[in-house]
Amino acid sequence: MNAAKIREKIAFSILGLVTLLVVIPILMIIFYIVKNSIGAINWEFITQAPRNGMKEGGIFPAIVGTIVLVVCTMLFSLPLSVLSAIYLVEYARDNFFTRLIKLSVVNLSGIPSIVYGLFGFTLFVLFLKLGTSILSGSLTLAIMSLPVIITATKEALESVPVSFREISLSLGATKWQTVRYCVLPYAIPGILTGTVLSLSRAAGETAPILFTVAAFYLPRLPRSVFDQVMALPYHLYVISTQVPNMPMKLSFATGFVLIALVFLMNLVSIILRAQFRKKKLW
Amino acid sequence: MVKETIIKTVNLNCHLGSLQVLKNLNLEIYKNEIFGIIGPANSGKTTFLRALNRLNYLNASYLQSGEIFFADQNLKSISDSILRKKIGIIFALPQVLPISIYNNTAYGPKVHGITNKDTVNQIVEDALKKAYLWDEVKDRLHEPAVKLSGGQQQRLCIARTLAVEPDVILYDEHCSGLDPISTAKIEDAMQQLKKNYTQILVTNNTKQAARVSERCAFFLMGELIEIGETAALFTKPQDKRTDDYITGRFG
Repeated sequence: MNAAKIREKIAFSILGLVTLLVVIPILMIIFYIVKNSIGAINWEFITQAPRNGMKEGGIFPAIVGTIVLVVCTMLFSLPLSVLSAIYLVEYARDNFFTRLIKLSVVNLSGIPSIVYGLFGFTLFVLFLKLGTSILSGSLTLAIMSLPVIITATKEALESVPVSFREISLSLGATKWQTVRYCVLPYAIPGILTGTVLSLSRAAGETAPILFTVAAFYLPRLPRSVFDQVMALPYHLYVISTQVPNMPMKLSFATGFVLIALVFLMNLVSIILRAQFRKKKLW
Repeated sequence: MVKETIIKTVNLNCHLGSLQVLKNLNLEIYKNEIFGIIGPANSGKTTFLRALNRLNYLNASYLQSGEIFFADQNLKSISDSILRKKIGIIFALPQVLPISIYNNTAYGPKVHGITNKDTVNQIVEDALKKAYLWDEVKDRLHEPAVKLSGGQQQRLCIARTLAVEPDVILYDEHCSGLDPISTAKIEDAMQQLKKNYTQILVTNNTKQAARVSERCAFFLMGELIEIGETAALFTKPQDKRTDDYITGRFG
């Protein structure tokens, strides 16, 4: 073997090793959580409300709360993000105003989540008088999700070949027809990825929902969007820090359910993406 | 025979950013002729074509002065959508959409609001026949267009353009990526289309221009050097630069 080949082998070995290091934390987290929550996860845990100062029973209201919040967040943020990304990529001219918007989007993603929480509290809960409610909470989470979905949608739109647009326009299609038929269908997998990514984050956030929707203890299901709900991340925070003599394995079990929920969302997006990829023909 | 002018440019100047791509261009193109444009790279041939259906404006740094007339109408007074329906373009590389052969051909009619299924079927069949592709694809219209060979894809592009019923077809080096047999088939199709369409052909292949076109123009560095009957231009060029180019001394 010559020197160049040996050097290549060494380089590849180092790269492989580093990649392995990246996988280790996630495996350890899963292992640790599963190990500590074993025995606590059963049918009762995921279908019953908490009892006896939350030391017994299940976390069903928190599961439902988190799902409701994620769905509402998506309803608010997805149309807003996708439409504004379409505007930015396909319509907006490159001028000072557009650059300002793009800069704002980038900066929006750098704001700490607790600041979103305070902002949502002042705007939605107090100023708009929506109260501590699903509406306030999911609007706050939606604003937090905007930059990620907008950025992902922008990238997905930009990755559609320019030639598709040229073909469509050269046949006399309008700009909107071009976007609708020749760009958007091919950008959907990318949009989907960004959406699920940001919704997974929204599902696990505590700070934005702290003052806007989360209930400390509310063992019933919400009746309208103006109700408060329990949510998994906040419930986890509460039982880990606020309840004395809490059995550890219940905290870990709650964490396990939260992770499982996020994995499930990712799984759905992977399947959907695979379905769309089958149609991708270039 | 008096020839009817379909396209006329008056003092056309095109700029891309600070670069002047076309300089003071005045020329006329007659109805139902095949008009060839030859010239080395960067001589403004493609820019000229794309000025005719305003595709140049997709580039934000594009600027244009002077006038273009299409069928005695100033181009500025025609909407993008109608102009591009009337003046179709075939790009250098076969560019099909990643959908079926049928849907590629039916895309134009669809965006122009033709929804009746039988009408669309008829348009698709006619267009594919005119582009000499029907016999090869009639049994697999719903297969992905990308499965076709390069030459078939380019004929599909021609069919797609024909389906919106244009008056003028622009070809932008449309055979540059094709083998001689595919090229011959496309040239056959062009001869048949002469009856009903005005065709403008930009090519790097001077032999193709000599074979196919009736009149021809030679562009160099954004200027129109010479224009005339193809036979005359290729046998007795008036300008030395034309002579140098067609005899292969440069370009």
